[in-house]
Amino acid sequence: MLGRSANGIFWMLRYLERAENTARLLEAGFRLALTRGNGAAIEEWRSVLVTMGLDADFREMGGEYTGLGVTNFVLRDRDNPGSVLAMIENARTNARAVRTEITREVWEATNESWMILKDLLARPVRESNLGDVLSAIRNQTTLVRGAMEGTMLRNEIFNFARMGTYIERADNTARILDVKYYVLLPSVNWVGSSLDNVQWENVLRSVAGERAYRWLNAGGMDARGIAEFLILDGRFPRSLTFCYEKLRSNLASLAREYGHESNAHELMRIAGARLHQTTIEEIVEYGLHEFISEFIGETQKIANAITADYRFIA
Amino acid sequence: MASEPRVTFDEMVDEHGVVRPAYAGFRAWYDEQDPNWLKRQHHEAERSFRRVGITFNVYGDTDGEERLIPFDMIPRIITAQEWRKLSRGIEQRVRALNAFLHDIYHRQEIVRSGRLPARLLRDNAAYLPQMVGFSPPGGVYTHIVGIDLVRTGSDDFMVLEDNARTPSGVSYMLENRETMMAMFPELFTRVAVRPVQDYPRRLARSLAACAPPATQGRPVVAVLTPGIHNSAYFEHAFLADQMGAELVEGRDLRVVDGRIAMRTTRGYQPIDVLYRRVDDDYLDPLSFNPDSMLGVPGIMDVYRSGGITIANAPGTGIADDKAIYSFMPEIVEFYTGEKPILQNVPTWRCSEPDALAYVLDNLAELVVKEVHGSGGYGMLIGPTASKKEIAWFEKKLKAKPENYIAQPTLSLSTVPIFAKAGLAPRHVDLRPFVLVSPNGVDIVPGGLTRVALKKGSLVVNSSQGGGTKDSWVLED
Repeated sequence: MLGRSANGIFWMLRYLERAENTARLLEAGFRLALTRGNGAAIEEWRSVLVTMGLDADFREMGGEYTGLGVTNFVLRDRDNPGSVLAMIENARTNARAVRTEITREVWEATNESWMILKDLLARPVRESNLGDVLSAIRNQTTLVRGAMEGTMLRNEIFNFARMGTYIERADNTARILDVKYYVLLPSVNWVGSSLDNVQWENVLRSVAGERAYRWLNAGGMDARGIAEFLILDGRFPRSLTFCYEKLRSNLASLAREYGHESNAHELMRIAGARLHQTTIEEIVEYGLHEFISEFIGETQKIANAITADYRFIA
Repeated sequence: MASEPRVTFDEMVDEHGVVRPAYAGFRAWYDEQDPNWLKRQHHEAERSFRRVGITFNVYGDTDGEERLIPFDMIPRIITAQEWRKLSRGIEQRVRALNAFLHDIYHRQEIVRSGRLPARLLRDNAAYLPQMVGFSPPGGVYTHIVGIDLVRTGSDDFMVLEDNARTPSGVSYMLENRETMMAMFPELFTRVAVRPVQDYPRRLARSLAACAPPATQGRPVVAVLTPGIHNSAYFEHAFLADQMGAELVEGRDLRVVDGRIAMRTTRGYQPIDVLYRRVDDDYLDPLSFNPDSMLGVPGIMDVYRSGGITIANAPGTGIADDKAIYSFMPEIVEFYTGEKPILQNVPTWRCSEPDALAYVLDNLAELVVKEVHGSGGYGMLIGPTASKKEIAWFEKKLKAKPENYIAQPTLSLSTVPIFAKAGLAPRHVDLRPFVLVSPNGVDIVPGGLTRVALKKGSLVVNSSQGGGTKDSWVLED
């Protein structure tokens, strides 16, 4: 396949994944704002922006840290090139450019998602329709992934799409953890108050992990357990370990199909082994923030290696 | 010169209001349908076109970047007998076009014989010196041709234009049929319509048969597009997808070891046949427009050394020229030794003093076109033009008469569209698509019917309010 097309589909899925995770972050933010006073809410909104790397832009524009102010900026502001609307448009533009690499169903799901979300985001979002908008974003991106799952040939094209999804998801989960580490860290050796419990649950919620975590831990909440779950539990589809395992297996399929490995495989092997061998105790001792920063850096290196090894750009 | 017919020919009903045999099966079905249900289907069709993304981009239109070409669900129907005659005429014309192109880039017998003025080649930007003395692989110049036909009477089909450059619209032919079959499946069990859906396979086969000498093994075919912002991008992607070919852009390509190669995830791989949807001028910055970012530097050298087939061949655009068009009857006779089966629209060449005098006297009745123009731009439609426009055009015409030709304002045939108040006749034309390879001329039974949606309008161009219809050729 063309290097440009591999790049196109890789980024198409990255944009979709980012849009979905953003919707989850906003949802968690609103939930916190509903149960907390204004002060906590402002911090929460700032953390949403920091997670997405948009806080500086937002401040520069003189945005107010209210639910709707942040939400509209993140979802649909034309001056924000990283808005969800822009990501959906990018995903759709990429899908158009790689139209010959995807099935008609994947294309139609992507195109229809864009039409629906463009309409929904044509006017400012209000509290009354926020829930609908956020669930539409989740539903539409899930629809595209489902169409891929159900109709795409399992070949290199599928592998590049999957790697886009998991590179982005690993990065997003790591960022959420990094921004929230101040919620988690001070309480590592401390029995939390109910306030902390709400915030922890919020961390889980922003990666759709609250239910699974409760089920696994019989309703208990503790910082170390949550960090362990999000980093190391290979059963949870948004954990760092799960994402790396998926990246590894897709890279392995590529190596089989192409008959040789590349730099990305080597980087993946080293990073994967490190993650596999570590424990939550070691991570906490090393420093959660330091660990996450390095993880984000490694993930970026793997993405760069894929880009270079498979000639995404000339 | 034939005079224009007084009465417009309607393809569905005759002058007594009786449904013609071609439409009998369709009309019987149509009259049984609930009009409200048809209306709902009509809206559903538009939704489906949007979802599939069958859109075109309008240059310079920033807010609504992608638009739909309106689809009308009343088919345009051609009988088996009419089609037989049309295809014979089209095949003859396309063979003549290829022979003509070969001749003008080699010995120019037609000029030597005094049948075509040398200045028509000499002063023409579409005539490419880079092609002189070169024979493209398989001897094919026009791999894909779209012949624009108009009808003015029961037996009167005329060629309005030859599109030998890069004819577009075939994806609409295919999607219109898809849509009709999805909306009204039972209709196709009642009326036997010849299929068009294998066009992409036939195109792939036809292109592969034109592979260059350097090909090893199964020919690799790719479609070259200017990119997603091009107005016909949907069609480029559609055709590549349907053929199982790569859709490439200039930035994916470069010369590697004397071949044109595309950058794949495994390295550079050579392409054998390039179906390019990029104009000659942008094809190779080393040979043509040096500022072009859409082409491939050096592709003309590779081409001339037998490393790649370019479809259509560079320099075929000269056959679209309207001054050349006016010589088509002579061209057909010269190369085939036969009388043309399909007639030209009567054409006055303003370069000739007698013709110019006639045109100037009758501007208000005529359509005047620039010889190098296309897409309905730079022309005068006498009957609908203001006095001022006519006066202004007269000046241009007198200053450079050789730049213009004139034709009578034709009363194009009508086919009904599905309007709010029911069926309403509108003017149509027809563009069948023709494939040429060393194995012969292959014509898909169908084509693109364009329809002027505005009552009385003769302009069918999609950029000016035209729509499209599914075009049926009936089984024998």
